[in-house]
Amino acid sequence: MWIFLATEILFFGGMFTAYIVYRALHLSSFILGSHQLVVKFGAMNTAVLICSSLTMALAIRTAQTGGSKGVVIVWLLLTMALGAAFLGIKLRFEWYRDYMEGLIPGVAWLSGGTHTPGVKMFMCFYFFMTGLHALHMVVGLGILTVLVIMAARDRFSAEYYSPLEISGLYWHFVDIVWIFLFPLLYLIGGRYPGS
Amino acid sequence: MSTAIRDLHDAPAEPAVNYLNASYGIKSWLLTLDHKRIGLLYLASITVMFVVGGVAATLMRMHLVEPQGALFEPETYNKMFSTHGIIMVFFFLVPSIPATLGNFLIPLMIGARDVAFPKLNLMSWYIFITGAALALYGTISGGVDTGWTFYPPYSSLYSETHVVAVALGIFIAGFSSILTGLNFIVTIHKMRAPGMTWFRLPLFIWALYATSLIFVLGTPVIAITVFLLGLERLLHVGIFDPAVGGDPLLFQHMFWFYSHPAVYIMILPGMGVISELVTAFSRKKIFGYSFVAFSSLSIAVISFIVWGHHMFVTGQAIYAGLVFSVLSFLVAIPSAVKVFNWTATLYRGSISYEAPMLYALGFIGLFTIGGLTGLFLASLATDVHLNGTYFIVAHFHYIMVGGAVMAYLGGIHFWWPKISGRMYPDMWARISAAIIFIGFNLTFFPQFMLGYLGMPRRYAVYPAEFQVLNVLSSAGASILGIGYVIPLVYLAWSMRYGPVAGPNPWNAKGLEWTIPSPPPTENFEEVPIVTEEAYNYPAIEAHHYPDAQGVARV
Amino acid sequence: MIGFLHTGFDILATVPFQPPAASSIAENVDMLYLVLSGITAFFTVLIFSIIFVFMVKYRRRKEDETPVSTHTPLIVELTWTIIPSLICAVLFVWSAALYVQNGRPPASSAEVFVIGKQWMWHLQHPEGPREINELHVPVGVPIKLTMTSQDVIHDFYIPAFRIKKDVLPGRFTSLWFQATETGTYHLFCAQYCGTNHSEMIGWVYVMTPTDYANWLAGGEKAESLAQLGERLFSQYGCDNCHVPEGNGRAPSLVGVYGKPEKLQSGETRVVDESLIQQAILTPNSVHLPNYQPVMPTYQGQIDSDQMLELIAYVKSLGSEERNLK
Repeated sequence: MWIFLATEILFFGGMFTAYIVYRALHLSSFILGSHQLVVKFGAMNTAVLICSSLTMALAIRTAQTGGSKGVVIVWLLLTMALGAAFLGIKLRFEWYRDYMEGLIPGVAWLSGGTHTPGVKMFMCFYFFMTGLHALHMVVGLGILTVLVIMAARDRFSAEYYSPLEISGLYWHFVDIVWIFLFPLLYLIGGRYPGS
Repeated sequence: MSTAIRDLHDAPAEPAVNYLNASYGIKSWLLTLDHKRIGLLYLASITVMFVVGGVAATLMRMHLVEPQGALFEPETYNKMFSTHGIIMVFFFLVPSIPATLGNFLIPLMIGARDVAFPKLNLMSWYIFITGAALALYGTISGGVDTGWTFYPPYSSLYSETHVVAVALGIFIAGFSSILTGLNFIVTIHKMRAPGMTWFRLPLFIWALYATSLIFVLGTPVIAITVFLLGLERLLHVGIFDPAVGGDPLLFQHMFWFYSHPAVYIMILPGMGVISELVTAFSRKKIFGYSFVAFSSLSIAVISFIVWGHHMFVTGQAIYAGLVFSVLSFLVAIPSAVKVFNWTATLYRGSISYEAPMLYALGFIGLFTIGGLTGLFLASLATDVHLNGTYFIVAHFHYIMVGGAVMAYLGGIHFWWPKISGRMYPDMWARISAAIIFIGFNLTFFPQFMLGYLGMPRRYAVYPAEFQVLNVLSSAGASILGIGYVIPLVYLAWSMRYGPVAGPNPWNAKGLEWTIPSPPPTENFEEVPIVTEEAYNYPAIEAHHYPDAQGVARV
Repeated sequence: MIGFLHTGFDILATVPFQPPAASSIAENVDMLYLVLSGITAFFTVLIFSIIFVFMVKYRRRKEDETPVSTHTPLIVELTWTIIPSLICAVLFVWSAALYVQNGRPPASSAEVFVIGKQWMWHLQHPEGPREINELHVPVGVPIKLTMTSQDVIHDFYIPAFRIKKDVLPGRFTSLWFQATETGTYHLFCAQYCGTNHSEMIGWVYVMTPTDYANWLAGGEKAESLAQLGERLFSQYGCDNCHVPEGNGRAPSLVGVYGKPEKLQSGETRVVDESLIQQAILTPNSVHLPNYQPVMPTYQGQIDSDQMLELIAYVKSLGSEERNLK
């Protein structure tokens, strides 16, 4: 799993690099683009994901210490719920809003005013990067579902909980990618005085 | 000339049950978890891709005998060279040795029963087939004309060909590479037999380990690059379109960040094969084991920081050019070290000249030329003149074809008795090795000259003064083509009619030669315990006797 | 049979080893190429011969013979690591020095503008004459080419001069040369650019100074680039805001070429061809502090030729020495 995560770092890394390069080339447009995003939803999502990593860790810990499968399943379901909440907030409050405001390049784009070509470029990166991240979240939810089923079938014990641990690594990784995405996309746009 | 092949009449009979006949039927092959069968599945698939790419190459060379083009309109020619490049790079060279010989041999060489993740291994093959099918579909339905490098804005905004289908095929096949690399790394780390320490591993394993590192770290970047290109084409978002602030050079940086390490994916396994062949056919330990092992690793590492040498003439900053040039010179050194070590292995050896050894010797010579011509391109002032010309084409074909393909063929011939249990006719094999060597040089050496004279690459028509060299090159290509067809024939023939080979027809060292040919499905009945170093061929210790003056001489 | 071979050799003898060496750097590049070839040949022959000798001397004579063991002295490994490294270091320094030297056009270079587009070259002398797929230049005069593309990436390549540079859309790249021999030389596009990439070729005519002057003077009287640019400057209304004294709405452009300017975003850029083009096409990306971002964009209204004319005009403002004939 560590090796797989290394490949994921390179995969997302390509996108991050391209983003950083373009930000350097088109600073003002990217700042303007960043202002189109709503920080509070990004912040809520960050909190949601961090909590989900906590619940995931608790699920692993429970299995590790020989806790009952019911508790393990509860933690796993909570993790899933938080992950789903993340996706829900994204879809309903962010992407749907972007759709109504004509901020989705290629799908629903309204030019003019603050929707300059540079901002379009920013929004491309925003959607590519958060979209790719969301796709990984969905895969993660699928993995968690499998884990819940395995736990229900008594597959885990204090001696054997590797699938939980390995999936935990994946989930934490997806969380960490978001921890990088959030400031780079939402926060560094000079919206806070003194930055 | 005495041969390495023991008198085959003494060979024990083929084992009654081996991995080939352990189960029958197409389902047993398509759902197999046996790494050996998966290796053969890959062998069949990449042979098909090689034939497709080879046909494209043949047509190209036939077209180029006339300055105004003998066969095609420029549009079709452009599709030919693009197809040739894409298929050969992504669907033949990158998987070739790792997916066929690597899959087959790694567990055998380290004393394991299979790879770490057999199901993932099978999935890798299916992913590869899907990607290849998509690319073939794109080719058959009209092809792409962007070159294998897909530079935007041409590929994103102007080309009217099936870029997305082919790019998607490449994207998908990339995952096959990543999973194979992952499998290999875990297998090599975790599944070595007791006593098989890192420094007792055959150098083929070191080479594949280094290759797997590149698979795992480099392929995701081409995945993203091709993904962005596809989105650009579909949604017209403008990432690489300067008119809206995009930067076409960003594509080149990202593309070459993978594609340069990719060329080392293509050559490192070949170098691993050569280490095996040279030791087996001179019956000697490799000269400088740790140097060869570490040079594989250093090539893998340095390969990630030289990509800019593909972009010296793009108008990048002079500083960038200087840095990439010095690093590109640096990456040549470990390869040179290997060549010297292989040559020194021959010293005082007991050398025989079966076909695999001929391929290995051919590799060393041609790789030397190909590698040294790389210096012309690492050197900034000459690269300005030579970039984009046939010199580059000649350089990489010397390494890819004179190097990697010869190593691949040498490896196939060496391990063929293990894979099939039969021996092929050595005389035909030697003849085809010679034909390939001659045909290859005749095809590609004139291209160095063409490049220096200034003939650019990817030209469907060319000024008449370049015709003589082009005709020479095309003549060589026809010879080369014949050389490639002959092994297909006799290898297939040998599977049914060749003499039974026995477990170790070459008298070679290595765990794979201690088990029957073809091996049983579980490889080793009992897990072997390793007590000796690699290539531990018996040798006479040279004695140092002091002479009358008290000076010791060997 | 002999006749056939004879003809074959005659034909082969017509193949030159190198293109004509017709620029000030060509011979230096050829020298480096020769040394590289020598090194390649040396090591190739070395390896081939050693292998051949070993192949014969150490061939297997008996089936069960045992070779003598050889050890791997560290000194041998180090030697053949260090010597190639030194050779590479020398080659790098030599080549890099040539490259850096060739990278800077002399200050006195005459300029020619190049636009590459599918599938032809547009060359524009500042004095006025335009050429398609042909470039006339005087011998012995350094020429600086400033190049851009109208569509995809092309590459401007003159083998006889040993120069080459990519030509990119949306920005300018430059190249310089000084021709040393009169004659006619190939011009190629060396970056695949689509269907007729191989037809995007032309000729460079290097002429004596008198012949060149005659050539310039002959042909229709064309206005200089800067003169054409001045007309466009007025036609597109640029002179309403960009008055020479600077009227508060827009900065004066007199003498602005070549000077560093600090932009609103904080970065400092030197005013060059790329910046001028950027200002015309995406003004808000480079607007200055103390000015309102009110300049409209001319994206889609100005083609590459007109862009060159405007740029030439801006360059000519305020610099008497730059008055073009």
